[in-house]
Amino acid sequence: MNSILPLVQNETIKMIKKKRFLVIVLILLVLIPIFTYAQMKVAQNNREKFKDWRHTLQQQITDNENSLASDRVPDEWKKYRKIMVQQWQYYLDHDVDPSTPNGVTFVRSFMENSSSLFIPLMVMAVASDIVSSERTSGTIKMLLTRPVRRWRILLSKLLTLTLFVGLIILTTFVLCYLIAGLVFGYGGWDQPIFTGFQINGVEVDNSAVHPVPQWLYLVMQGGLIWFSSMVVAILAFMISVLVRSTAASIVTMMAALIAGSLLTNMASSWPSAKFLFMVNLQLTTYLAGSPPPIEGMNLIFSLMILSIWALAALFVSFRVFTKQDILN
Amino acid sequence: MRDREDSIVLKVDQVKKRIGKKWIIHGVSFDVRAGEIFGFLGPNGSGKTTTIRMLVDLIKPTSGQIEVCGYNVNKDPEQALQHVGCIVENPEVYNYLTGWENLEHFARMQPHVDQTRIQEVVDIVRLDQRIHDKVKTYSLGMRQRLGIAQALLGRPKLLILDEPTNGLDPKGIKELRTFIRELADQGMALFVSSHLLTEIQLMCDRVAIISHGRVLAVGDVEDLIEEGSNYVVWQLEPAHKGRELLHAEKDVEIVNIADINIDEAMLAGIDQDAIITQMNSDRTSDLIRKMVASGVQVHTVQKMNPTLEQLFLRMTEGESIE
Repeated sequence: MNSILPLVQNETIKMIKKKRFLVIVLILLVLIPIFTYAQMKVAQNNREKFKDWRHTLQQQITDNENSLASDRVPDEWKKYRKIMVQQWQYYLDHDVDPSTPNGVTFVRSFMENSSSLFIPLMVMAVASDIVSSERTSGTIKMLLTRPVRRWRILLSKLLTLTLFVGLIILTTFVLCYLIAGLVFGYGGWDQPIFTGFQINGVEVDNSAVHPVPQWLYLVMQGGLIWFSSMVVAILAFMISVLVRSTAASIVTMMAALIAGSLLTNMASSWPSAKFLFMVNLQLTTYLAGSPPPIEGMNLIFSLMILSIWALAALFVSFRVFTKQDILN
Repeated sequence: MRDREDSIVLKVDQVKKRIGKKWIIHGVSFDVRAGEIFGFLGPNGSGKTTTIRMLVDLIKPTSGQIEVCGYNVNKDPEQALQHVGCIVENPEVYNYLTGWENLEHFARMQPHVDQTRIQEVVDIVRLDQRIHDKVKTYSLGMRQRLGIAQALLGRPKLLILDEPTNGLDPKGIKELRTFIRELADQGMALFVSSHLLTEIQLMCDRVAIISHGRVLAVGDVEDLIEEGSNYVVWQLEPAHKGRELLHAEKDVEIVNIADINIDEAMLAGIDQDAIITQMNSDRTSDLIRKMVASGVQVHTVQKMNPTLEQLFLRMTEGESIE
């Protein structure tokens, strides 16, 4: 067999017939309306209190500045708030509302918030059993006794996975826009968003800041989310090759991801944690200009770390899959 | 001689396998030729399944060669496996797909298999009624047939079936036997494993007997069974008189039912007062004449096939198969 396409076709058919993707779409259809409703309540609340968004933002800045004086607030949070305050100030100075309630803004914040756990979780739902399910059902014996080399079979699975990671992100995006648009309207594509904040310690360097239209921001954000999702997918893929049971494979990846979000909160006292893949997954923070989880991390650094982890995982996956004896 | 060499489809040469520090297979060799049904007989845990997995590149041998149609299975799986159809243990197929979708799936993995061929194999295994139903609604027999259809897709020269009668009812087993014979008559080589001697006896032309990861014997099934078979069961009336008569013969040894390993299924058909003897079966008619002459009624005389265990005992000269 010279062509990999029929194999990818096989894997895609299996993925669809297993109804995994359908489940993901259903989850999105349930969750997005809930968040939309919550966001709508927040917007209503703000509109009642303040006639003008500038007042809301000003209030936010004052609140945070006040809390900086308090001893009870941990240093970590103070640092974070200090940076956020400087950014809000920048928006205020340039007379741009950072959170106009419209469909596109909702999509932007939803995607940003879901990039650390929610999207990786959905990616894992398709990645974790892509190899282990063949073992559980025994069909791996049929698969590997056909006249196709093992690396081709694994590659076809990897390509299918890549396809579905893209599809998941796109679906989340589209559903989010369609549902939120019903409430907030479908506008907001051209609204300017500032990006390029440089963070040095607690000071925000505004020299490189420039406005981009929100649609461009979304494209950049989508790309970064795709990249980190692919890394999660490849790691889940490796675990799926290594362990026999799908449940074990999902639990392992979940543990790693949750450990990542926990570590992010306390990593300042352990700087070498920045070499773990889990703390590097939230690439969109660099775009938004939020402070990185550990000092000294930047976009290039995170991309490098994630790439190294992904390449190592791919190496292990292919090595093990092509060499191992199928005993069960 | 040249013809015989040419028709070898599967050649297994000094294959050994070590898992961890333990040797599972200590040198297995045999050939399977086109048009024959080759039995692979051994008790559970003897290394049967490990060997079969090595034949189809699921397990790599630690040393030794496996060739299918002249291609090394481990070095050149794309060429070698093209000529092999197999069912390893159970016929595993995708439950959430229909029978047809399963066949299409495996058809995409090998060259020269189109829709017409899929329809052909569906007709061969007579699954056309239910082929568009989801596999999870199939009975075990139907899954088995789907598995065979899958194995036949690529017009294999060698078909490997691992314990094919497992879970089939007597009718299904009989159908399978006829079917396997038809395939062999068309020139296909068949490799069938089993732990039941009777099954191999009814199905196969030649057999390799494996125990503890070693091949004890390879040969024609009839020869092996003929050599091993020297039990004759008598039902006589009056029994005590018959026993005396048999006892008087020098080359006839009366054995106690508890001392020998006879197929449980055969024991069930024997009366309490039956006499089991160990003797050359050529002497039977001569003895019957003597019995009748001395007024002993002969109800039945039955030659008994050896069990797998008896064959083993003979081959290993008393060493038990455990």
